This record gives sequence, C-alpha cells and structure tokens, in this order.
Amino acid sequence: MTDSAQFADLTKIVKKASEYGQTQGDGVRDQIVSHIYGEAERLAATVVTCSNQRTDWDRKVDNIITSRLLGYPLMLALLGAVFWVTISGANVPSEMLANFLFGIEEWLSVLFISAGAPDWLHGVVVLGTYRGLAWVVAVMLPPMAIFFPIFTMLEDLGYLPRVAFNLDHAFKRVGAHGKQALTMSMGFGCNAAGVIAARIIDSPRERLIAILTNNFVPCNGRFPALIAISMIFVAGGVFSAYGTLAASAMVVVMVLIGISVTLAVSWLLSKTFLKGEPSSFTLELPPYRKPQIIPVIVRSLFDRTAFVLARAVIVAAPAGALTWVFANIYIGDLSIIGHVAGWLEPFGRAIGLDGVIILAFILGMPANEIVVPIMVMSYLSAGAMFEFDSLLAFRELLLAQNWTLLTALNFMLFSLLHFPCGTTLLTIRKETGSLKWTILAAVIPTVIAILVCFSIAQGVRLFNLL
Amino acid sequence: MGLTYQSSGKGALREDYLNYNVKGDYVIALAGNPNTGKSTVFNALTGLKQHTGNWPGKTVVQALGNYKHGQKQITLVDLPGTYSLLANSPEEQVARDFICFAEPDATVVVVDATCLERNLNLVLQVLEITHKTIVCLNLMDEARRKKIRIDVPALANQLGVPVIPTAARNGEGLTLLKDTINSVAADKTELTPMRLIYDASLEVAIRELAEELDPLLPPQINRRWIALRLIDGDYTVIDGIRKFLEKKMVKEVFAS
Repeated sequence: MTDSAQFADLTKIVKKASEYGQTQGDGVRDQIVSHIYGEAERLAATVVTCSNQRTDWDRKVDNIITSRLLGYPLMLALLGAVFWVTISGANVPSEMLANFLFGIEEWLSVLFISAGAPDWLHGVVVLGTYRGLAWVVAVMLPPMAIFFPIFTMLEDLGYLPRVAFNLDHAFKRVGAHGKQALTMSMGFGCNAAGVIAARIIDSPRERLIAILTNNFVPCNGRFPALIAISMIFVAGGVFSAYGTLAASAMVVVMVLIGISVTLAVSWLLSKTFLKGEPSSFTLELPPYRKPQIIPVIVRSLFDRTAFVLARAVIVAAPAGALTWVFANIYIGDLSIIGHVAGWLEPFGRAIGLDGVIILAFILGMPANEIVVPIMVMSYLSAGAMFEFDSLLAFRELLLAQNWTLLTALNFMLFSLLHFPCGTTLLTIRKETGSLKWTILAAVIPTVIAILVCFSIAQGVRLFNLL
Repeated sequence: MGLTYQSSGKGALREDYLNYNVKGDYVIALAGNPNTGKSTVFNALTGLKQHTGNWPGKTVVQALGNYKHGQKQITLVDLPGTYSLLANSPEEQVARDFICFAEPDATVVVVDATCLERNLNLVLQVLEITHKTIVCLNLMDEARRKKIRIDVPALANQLGVPVIPTAARNGEGLTLLKDTINSVAADKTELTPMRLIYDASLEVAIRELAEELDPLLPPQINRRWIALRLIDGDYTVIDGIRKFLEKKMVKEVFAS
C-alpha cells in the first residue's frame, strides 16, 4: 500500500465516522460522557465505604439545587428575592439621601446667588454638575450597597457554579459553550468584565458568541435604572408590599428576557456567522462554604460599590455640566438639546420612546449609569424647576413628559438590549482584535432593541393596549 | 536525535512530543486531575532532576524529570492536570496525544482519594486509550482523616490495573509505586483493564471503523479509541495519526 493511499483511506474513514456521528445528532458525546460518568459513579459506590458527611450534605443540596425539576424555579426565586430585598431596602435610604443631597443643592444655590455669581456659573455647577451627581448618588448608591453584598455572598457560598451548571444544557442546545453561563453571570456585574471573562472559553467560535451576547444581561450601570423605573411605573411609586413585589417581578422578567435574547442570538450566531459544534467541558462544583459575612460586605462595598459609583460620578459630573450647557444654549427658540431631541422625536415615537430618551442613550454611550441623569436633566431644562425629593416627584416629572406604561416598558427593554457602553466596546475591540466584530457587537444589539421596541409600540398602539 | 530515537526503539513519536532527548530505559506519563497532588508525586519521584519547557507548538508547560529505580533509568513526563481527555482544551489535547501517540511505557494516573468518583472519570478515559496504566491513589492521609475508607484490592480488581495507595507528602507508598512502574513498563504485570461498553449500535460502528483503521496504524495504537474519537467528531486526533503516517513515510524512505 502506498503512503498517499493511506492518507486517502484515512480521509474516507473520517468521512464515514462523521456520517455516523451525524445520524446520532448531539447524542454521541452525551452518550459517551454519561456512560463514563455512570461507570465512575458505580465503581466509586462499590469501593468507597464511608464517605464523610459534609460531602454528603453538599451533594444532597446539589441534588436539589441542580435538579432538572427545581433548578430553574429555585434560581428564579432566588433572583426575585435578591431584587425584592434590594428594592424594598433601597427605598428609605434612597429618599433620605435624596432629601439630604438636594437640601445641599438649595444651600449651594443660595450661596452662589448671595456671592453674586453669574447665572451661567450657577447653572453649570449647581444645576448641571451637582444635580447630576446627586441624582446618581441618591438613586444608585442604596440599591448597589444592598445588591452587591448579597451577590458577593452568593458567589462566596458557591452558588454561581451551580447556576452555570443549570444553564450549561441551555447554552449547549443553542450551540454555545456551557462556560458562557459564567461569563454571562459576570456580565450582571459589568459587561466589560464579562467580555474579558470570555477568555476562559477555549474555542474561538464560542468565545466570540459569548462576547457578542454578553451585553444582553443588565450590568450594574443599568440595574439601577431598571429598578428605578419599575419602582416608579410598576409599583406606581407607592411602596406597598404588593408594589414592591410587582417591581421585583418586573426586574426578574427583564433579566429573563435578557437571558432569552442571549440564548436566541447565540443560537442565531452559531447557525450563521459562527457555525460549529459546542465543545464540552468539566465544571467542578466546589464545596459550599459559609460566606465570611464581614469581609464580604467590606469587599463588595469597597471593590464594587465604590468602584462603580466612582466611575459613574467621574462620568456623570462632566456629562451633567455638558448637558446643562447644551440645554441652555438656544438656537432660535430651542436649546441645542431641544433641536437634537426634536430631530430624533419621530424615530423615538415610532419605537415607543421619545427624542430625549434616544438622545440620552446616545450621550450615555461612555457609561450606562448616566443615561437617566442626562434624560432627567434634559427634561428639567425644558420644563419648570423641579425638585427631586422623592420618587413620586420623579414620577410626576416623567408623566409630565407624556410617559406612559409603554414608554416605561420600552425604556427598560431598550436599556436592556441596546448597544454596549464605550468601555465594553473598547474591551471587545481589544479581546477580539477585530474592528468588524466590534462593530457587529454594537449593531446586533441595537437592531434587536429597535425591532423589539418598534414591534411592541406598534402592537400596543394598534390594539390600544396599556 | 536520530540515535536516541533508534536506541529507544519504541514510541516513534516520542521525540516529536518531547523537547528533550530521552536516554533512559522507560518513559512514564503522569496524568491526573488538578489538585490531586500530582506535582507532589512528580517532585517526590524525580527530586531535583527536572527539566521544564513548553509542549511543542503549545503554550502548555511541559515538565520532565529523571530518576533511577531498580537499575532502570526512568523519564517521568508530567502531563497537564485535566479533568477529562474528551474536551478540546490545549491541555487535554496534549495529555491525550502523549498517552496515545507517544506510547509511554506506562501511564500513572494520580487520583484524589477524597473524591474518588470524580477522579475515576479520568482513569476510565485513560484506560480507554492504554492498558499500561497504574492508578496512584494519592492523598490517602487526608482520606483517612476524613474517615473515607477505600477498598483498594476491590478497586484494583474492578479496574484490572494496579492501584497504589500513597501519601506523596510523607513519601508513603512511593517505593511500591516505583516498583509497580518498573514492573508494568517491563510488561511483567498482568493487566486486564476494565472496558467501557457502549450502546450496541455505537459498538457496531466502533468495531467497523476500528477494522478499517487497522492497516493504517502501528500495532500499539488503540484502534477502538481512535474510532470512538472520530465518531464523537473529535478530529484533533487526526493530526496525531497524520504525524504518525508521515513519520512512517520518512522511515520507509530511509530504509529503501
């Protein structure tokens, strides 16, 4: 037999093998893996006589938490509980902080006026910069200070690998890597971090899918906006037990939509641009550990809360000043913001939003944290003086700008689905090393956000719902 | 290089897989899950006679060490720590290709006695590739402390290969391990490795493909395993086979 004939034979055999593999669908790998694991389990059971009790306890908990029947409902319930604690706990300190900070604003205004400062300086510093800052701090700090420690506690407990375990099957079904469940979980913290975390996925195809879809879970910058809007519109700004529950449910629904879109887009990508089979991996479920409560609180307050807040403040301050300037420079009888928002208005209306919201999302590109402050400032500059002393006042402001339940819903959906923030896009550029994928990472979510919001707006208007 | 290749006789691809001239009598592969004390076993056996580098073409660290036992010079190859040999990470590929194509004289799988079940997955996968396997049941001291009792003879009986309980940290069981390595490498131990039997239809396909692969592969290589990998759609093994065929070609050209 000649050598080239051997290579030809090899090619033939490979073809035959792949034909057989295809008749089995995804089943061969599953069959092999489950057979090996089954044998290992059987063997271990016959030779290991006295295993330690802690492991047994761990396993019992795992059997419930990662079971087919209870895994998902437990995950949802836990997520809902976390949001419920966050929303109901954040309400009071949020209002106290707001009263305090806007008290300072008044005091600052008095100071500026009595010192004879020109109007524009007062405007830029107090009404622009300070108010922007105060908004970010009052609305974002309390939920973050509650949400992050709880989230860190779950991490410390060892729950997140179980989440990845539960979601692994879903991700594999859509042709993505099971580890994407982990990068997605990271995305709840920060999408840029989630994109970097995608390095744990070895296959370039699956890593790209994880990177391109990470944006569909709300990050820290967007959670506060989602929570605030659902507090206002779903809970009606009135903090009854029922309202808080409904608001938490709304945020859970948003997260679920985010995860569903993640899976749908992953599936679409793995069937089109990024074709291929999912690769399998072994996920070690670490033993449960009692979280170290004090270090967890300290760590999450300093590392996460302070970090995210500082970033928001650094971006929000200049953005606040800039927004005030644009809102107060008039061309003709309209401010610059008025002109741009007016120009965006028809498009905004078509997708159930308005020009100012679209503008806020565009200006909020550097960091999602500032979308709401920019929006508020733009509304304020157009309307009367507004004192933010409670969420009810915020609700009044939005209602005065013709916000409806549809606007609130589409605002949340657009926030959830739109293009990633500047930092995330830069990270994607760095991680993929390709401008093409970076552009796609911005275009895919934006198109989806517009399509979803447009369909909902048109549907609602057509059938006179909401 | 040519000299060592010929003098070692076995393992046509050994030199391709190792950045090192193997001069000893036996080449032994050391596999295992991460965190099983594999490195402790490696250090305990080889002492300071170590050599590190990267696996050819991969950014995975390759560590080799030498030791002498029972008049034999042994080269120990520390494979990357992996949970399985099925997925396609570079580490798993390196470990798998070395066990399959470099034909080590024996493969020692270090397992953590405190979580045997998880570790047995890798043992079973190694057994699918090569029967010259030794299970090093490490961390026995920790298992005793945790009151985990393992019926070692029963395990060895079921697996059909030697199982050596060790606590590498204290040097416990290492002499017996070295004896066993020499014995298995010299084909003096009777091995009846446990076979994984899959569904009937899969078994038929495996057998058909293995038969077709038969004339292509040298006798030591496990056809059944290669066939299974190909059915699984894991085409990375083809690179290994290609290398093998090319090497054979070169050899035939030189011979003629």
